[in-house]
Formats: sequence, structure tokens, C-alpha cells
Amino acid sequence: MKPVVIVGAGPAGISAARTLLDHGVTPCLIDENLRGGGQIYRRQPLGFQRSARQIYGFEASKAQAAHRTMDELAPLIDYRPQTLVWNAEDGRLDLLDNGRAESVDYARIIVATGATDRILPVPGWTLPGVYSLGAAQIALKYQGCAIGERVAFCGSGPLLYLVAYQYAKAGAKVVAVLDSAPFSAQCRALPALLGQPLTLAKGMYYRAWLTAHGIPVHQGATLQKIDGEQRVSGIRWDDHVLACDAVAFAHALRSETQLADLLGCEFAWNTLNRAWLPQRDNAGRSSVNVVYLAGDGAGIMGADAAKMAGERAALAVLEDSGVAIDQRRPAVLEQQLAGIQRFRHGLETAFPFPEQWAAQAPDALMVCRCEEVSAGEIRAVVDEGHWELNRVKAHCRVGMGRCQGRMCGLAAAEIVAERSGRGIEQVGRLRGQAPIKPLPFGVEVQP
Amino acid sequence: MIDVIVLGGGIVGASAALMLAQKGQRVALVERDFCGSHSSGVNYGGVRRQGRPLHQLPLSQRAHQLWADLPGLIGIDGEYMRSGHLKLARSHADFAALQAYAEQTRGFGLGLQLLDYAELRARFPWVGDIAVGASLCPEDGHANPRLVSPAFARAAQRCGAAVYEQAEVMRIEHDSRRFQVHCANGLHLQAAWLLNCAGAWAGSVAAQFGEAVPITCAHPAMLVTEPLPVVMNVSTGVEGGGIYARQVARGNCILGGGRGFALGPLTARPGQAAVLEILRNAGELYPFLKGAQAIRTWSGTEGYLPDHEPVIGPSSTQPGLLHGFGFAGAGFQLGPAVGEALAEIVCTGASRHPIEAFSIRRFQA
Amino acid sequence: MALFKRLAETARPALSFTLDGQPASGLLGDTLLTAMLTCAEHLRGSDFSAEHRAGFCLMGACQDCWVRLEDGRRVRACSTLLEEGQAISRDPGRQP
Repeated sequence: MKPVVIVGAGPAGISAARTLLDHGVTPCLIDENLRGGGQIYRRQPLGFQRSARQIYGFEASKAQAAHRTMDELAPLIDYRPQTLVWNAEDGRLDLLDNGRAESVDYARIIVATGATDRILPVPGWTLPGVYSLGAAQIALKYQGCAIGERVAFCGSGPLLYLVAYQYAKAGAKVVAVLDSAPFSAQCRALPALLGQPLTLAKGMYYRAWLTAHGIPVHQGATLQKIDGEQRVSGIRWDDHVLACDAVAFAHALRSETQLADLLGCEFAWNTLNRAWLPQRDNAGRSSVNVVYLAGDGAGIMGADAAKMAGERAALAVLEDSGVAIDQRRPAVLEQQLAGIQRFRHGLETAFPFPEQWAAQAPDALMVCRCEEVSAGEIRAVVDEGHWELNRVKAHCRVGMGRCQGRMCGLAAAEIVAERSGRGIEQVGRLRGQAPIKPLPFGVEVQP
Repeated sequence: MIDVIVLGGGIVGASAALMLAQKGQRVALVERDFCGSHSSGVNYGGVRRQGRPLHQLPLSQRAHQLWADLPGLIGIDGEYMRSGHLKLARSHADFAALQAYAEQTRGFGLGLQLLDYAELRARFPWVGDIAVGASLCPEDGHANPRLVSPAFARAAQRCGAAVYEQAEVMRIEHDSRRFQVHCANGLHLQAAWLLNCAGAWAGSVAAQFGEAVPITCAHPAMLVTEPLPVVMNVSTGVEGGGIYARQVARGNCILGGGRGFALGPLTARPGQAAVLEILRNAGELYPFLKGAQAIRTWSGTEGYLPDHEPVIGPSSTQPGLLHGFGFAGAGFQLGPAVGEALAEIVCTGASRHPIEAFSIRRFQA
Repeated sequence: MALFKRLAETARPALSFTLDGQPASGLLGDTLLTAMLTCAEHLRGSDFSAEHRAGFCLMGACQDCWVRLEDGRRVRACSTLLEEGQAISRDPGRQP
């Protein structure tokens, strides 16, 4: 019998697997990482000594619970860590497991592919010492390292203050936090944020802690340039110059949607996420019959919501497979998710997208770090009359490299929209193409 | 007023529009999607005469002349390189077939050079040991179809052709004087000439005028590697079919082989079986790919007739209607010459180069 | 010179490896990226300008940390754990 397959062992995937197993359905859980937990609850390698409290702070108990669940599940389900899903075709997933190509058929699939940082490039962003906010956090929680001796945190979004706080707490020198969102935006957002007082309080705590510890926090400050020859030597914004040897920056998160795309899910423009997202109903059902979506991979709502959405999607899988479930549970979950969704609107007000970014990006700015395509080259293609993102890609290679536009695609779309005078929702989205990540020659093929 | 409506903004239709506009005709080029975004823009990029059936060679030779001054024609070099095309033989029988082809095509000026095992190693040391010999066509080469095909449409536009993209044709009529073409976006065009260059979708136009052809679609499987040190100095293929490969100046290798599948009427994917087949088997022909990664795969939709020959020339039923489609995955090189031939028919009544072998009448026996 | 700074977990057993033929040392549980960037400043040269790159996302998405092992295999430094005796080499990238 074909299994229910879950892709991604973050909060959504783990909770989906737990729910399925609790109802007597043994799932196959496929994850690229070595250990379950996803990026948010990424687990340090075996042999590391720090406590969960040290690594995850306020989120320690949630992280531990996720890890505990993962440890319980691992021997009971078909768990496949360190395995890449590189393609989906005809009811089957194509996998790459340690240099071997394999495939797995699925009866139903829950896509819980998570998110990466949303990047709006700045001059100097490819220098050694510049990382995404998520990367800076992973260096610390997964490896016990700081990305440099004197680190600046820039951009926007809740992760900005959290990671700066974690770094300072762990003994790193945080030279500044630059928040591109003005303080007034955060005041405006307050009513919506009050719906989740605990989360709001944590955010305010990080911010206050940084100030109390003498770490300069600049609001309404947009990182303009990262200086350096062979590595970072400083940053610039407005009239300021500040020496540092590492920079972490991002503007919130973006969903990993390639697998949903290859599975044939319909996408729709989502204003809140400012992105094209695979459509899902409140239960997580996609437009494709046996495909379900859970967690940040189908719109950013955070780890708590991902856990609920994973359970909700698993319940939908069970319902649709004719397995009895507690009929009250879906409504409870959906109500909680709706609450988080309101908070999410508040966050977007508090950390608004910097709409002026595209207009201000200098022509020389390298937007695509794989193919080394500049903003000016993208604009030149637009000036020839192209405005659809895949056509722009065809002409100047933006988004065509190893990462398939994960790092530059959204930024490129902003530039195309701004230059062509179209709305960001009108320029389309980069089509997903297999392989989801690079695939080696000489791959062994399992019969 | 328009003289000619060209259906299809691929390399054939756009070339025809360009050549017609250059000859002073008033042309409208109508494209459902974006010009050069289907087969013409996503094909392998081979610009090759070697291996073509003999009766394609006059047209192919003419195309070779046109490609020689690509910047003069379309304003960009399109990454076109006359690198040479190396057809590899994996067996002595295959090598004999290459020898026979060289013999048959001697009068056409392809300048083929047969290389035995030792000569092949001496000149192309990167070729895998499985190849026992090869045939080199030194002036064949490759180009970037993503750039070249759209540039033909842009060049046509610069010469005065009206180019309509995102214009899906819903209805075509002929009112005994002119063709009336109605598009989904409200566009309505009329002209005395209609050129059917709609690629894999051209069959419905032919059928509408009472000359249905047995056209089918096929979908090549293609992939590209990450940038690699430049090793390959020729485009390659294999006698009898299999994997074909070229390397661009930036270092990416483009490989094709096998078939993909249609995702819908307009889109196609290469398919995991073909992709894995290439990844597993490319090493015996191209050992330097060891350790390299494929970073992207794609396919397209190509029109095939049962004899794998295109349909080029006048309709057998409707005066003023010309066809140019069904290139069986090998239309990129021919495209400019086919466009020119169609333009010549419009302007002078006949093509300068023989195209009788490609008449649509061959399906009406 | 190093890019990364170890703040914690420094009591792990040491592992030796070579980086472009030079002896180096990391700790058990390090990724290749951590091991390399605690003793060097970059992981690879960019493909088209040979600019130094040192990874970016650390979660297997940006593909800017590919390095080469002695058996010819290429791996993402951010998602591969260091093993004793590994010989890691950096692709220099191509000068324009």
C-alpha cells in the first residue's frame, strides 16, 4: 500500500507525523536535514552540551517537545533523514539519498517544506562575513559559533531582534541593530499584535534587553552598503559608517514552494506575504486532490502555527482517507490558526516591506549571486519590453543559477515590477523546475 | 492595412516576419504567448547541418549563410559559435554509417572530417573511451535559443512588423478575399496572406482549411549543469541517437537525450526517467562531468510528422495560406532559411531553394 | 584568519583535516563550513569573477558553499559534517 508521505521534519511535519501515527497511519517522513526539528528547532549535533534553554531561550520547551516527539516517532515510522526530494511526477517523489536516486509512491502527501530568509540584496552582500539572519542563528544554535567578532544585524522582521538578542546573550559583540521599519509602524501595529500578548511580549523583551545592554538599535534605518575587500569591514546607512566584520540581514521569511509547484498546486498572489503561494483551504488541502500543505512552506505564520497546521493537515488526510477523527479538533485548530493569522497581519504592519527598495537599488547592485546578474542588467531587459519574470530570466539569467532564484527571485520581481511600472503581482513568478536542488552526475539509480 | 499575417512567434514565424518586413511587406506577427518562448527558445541550441536528410541540405546550407551574419540579421550575436559539430560513433557499424553519410553528402559542402579512434583522442581528448570514431563538421555550431529566437521577433518589429504577444488566435476565416483572424484579446486582423508557423500547434490551422496532417507532439528532455571549467570545444551528438551535449562560454554544459512528457496542452517536463538516464550515462561519453551537478531541467513541445520532415510551402486547398511547421526537433538551424523561403513565395511566387519535398500534399496521397 | 568565532561547545574532540592541502583542525560535530571558516575566510570562488564566497544561508538553500572532497564528490559545506582526515579543496572560480 502506498504511504502517506510528509516532506519536511520541522514543526509542521513532525506534528503531522505524530497525528497520523496516533490514528494508526504510519507515514513516511522525508527530511533533508540530519536530525528533525526543521530550521526553527534545529538540533545541535550529538555530543554538544548546551541546554535547550541556552539554545532556544523562551522556545526551549517547544523545541524539546518537538525533538522528543521526533525521537519517539523515528523508530516507528519510515523516517528518511538527509534525503532530498528533487522531483515529483505522477504520484511519485524522486529522492536523492546519499548519492543514490530512489523514488517513493504516495497515496497522499503533506508538503511541509518550510521557509528561508527573504533577501533584498544590498551592495556588498556577497562578501565573506555577510549572512542571512537565519544563517546567523543557525551558526549559533547548531554550531556554537558567531558569524564574526563584531556583528551588525540589519533588515526587518521579528527574527532581527531575536537573533541579535541571542548573539549578545551568547557573548558575541553586537555592534548595532538596524531596523528598516520606523518606530511609528510598530506603534500602528500594536492593536493587531495584542491578540498574541505572549509573542508580543517576547518581541518587546528582546528589543528592551538590547537597549538595556547598551546595544544601539536604529529604527527606520536602512542598510545601504556593506564595505569590504576580501571580507566585511563595515556598513553604511544614511550618513552613518560603522566598522564591523560580519553582517546578518533579511526582511522576514519566504516560503519554499518548489515542491508544491512541481506537484501541480495552483498558486495565487498573497498580499500579506507579498508572494505567490500555493493555495490551501483552512484544513491545508491544496488544489490537487491528494496534496496537502502545512507550515511556512505555504505562507509564513511561524512555528506555533506550523505545528497546528501540521496536525490539521494530517486530520484532513485522515478524514479524506476515511479514518475516524475527533470531529471537534479541526475547528479548535482552525480557530487558533485564525488568531495567529490576525497577529501575522499585525507583524506585517510592524515590519512593513520596504517598498522603495527596488527604486533605490543601484544599477551595479548584484541581485543574483549565482549568475552574478546586476540590477542594471535586469532593468536593461525590462527596457527592451519584457515584464514577465520568466522572460526576464531567459534574457539575463537572473534566477537561473544553482539556487534557482531562492535568494534573488523576489528581489528580481520587485525590480521588474518597479521598472516596468506594473504591480508586483502582475509580473509573475519563477516557475519551479526540477531538480529542486542540484543533482549529481553518476548518480546510482535504485531499480 | 496588412499584407501578411504570421501565426507563431517562433524562429520560423519571426524570420518570415523579418524577411517580409525587409522586403517592404506590411506584416503582423501574432503570438499566443511570448515570442520565442516555446520550442524555438527552449531547444538544445544546436546549429547543425550534419546528420540532416539530404533533401534538407540546400535549405540548411542557405540557413548556414544567414547564420553567418547573425548580428547583421537580428542585432545580437546570440552566443552563436561555429565551434564544429562532432558526431560520435559508439560502434564500428555506427562509424560506417558516418562514413556513408560523409560520402552521400560530398557535393553539399559540409566539409565533413572523419576521425578514427586515435585521431578523435588526439583532437578531442575529453571524449569518453566508448567512442570509436567520429565525424566532425567544422563549421556547424551552437547558439543560445533563449536569446536568438526572441531577437528575430524584435528585429522584425524594428523593420516595421507589428508584433502581437499574448494574443491567442480564437478564430480564422477566409472571406474569399482575405483571411480574418480574431484573437482572444479582441485583436482582429485581416490580410491576403496567412503564414501558419504555429509549431506543434499548427495542425489545427491546416485542418481548418481541409488539409489535416498527422502531426504529433514530442518533448525533449534537457538539463544544464552548473558552470564548469571549459572543456568541450565542439557541440556533440551520437550516431543513432542518445545523449547530445554542448558547453557554453560561461562553462555550463547543456545535455539532452530521451523524452519528456506533456504537462498540459502548452507545457512539458523532461521527466525523471530521462533525467536520471542522462545523469547516469553521460559519464561514458563525457567523463569530465564526474562530480558535476545538474542544476535545472526543462522540456518543450515540438511538432513531429510521421516522416520527421517539416511541412513547408503553399496550402493545397487555400490560396494565400503558407505552412512552415513540424520540424521534428530540428528547426532551429533551418528557421531563418524557412522564413526566407516563405517570404519569397509571398513576394515572388516561389522559393529560391527547393522545398517540394516538404509539401503538405505528401499526406494527401 | 578566521571568519567565524566559536562562542560555545569548544570542549569537543579535535578532528584534523586538510584545506587545499594545508593541515587544519576542527571539532567533532562541526560542519565543513564551520571547520573551514574557523580557520579560513572563504569557501569558494564565485563562478564568473572568482570573488571569495563564504556561504550565505547555512540551510542548504543558497548553494553558495559547495566544496570538493578528495574522492571528487562535491558537497554543501553547510550541511555536511566534518570527518577525521578529510581533504577538502576549494574551487577557485573563474577570473573574468
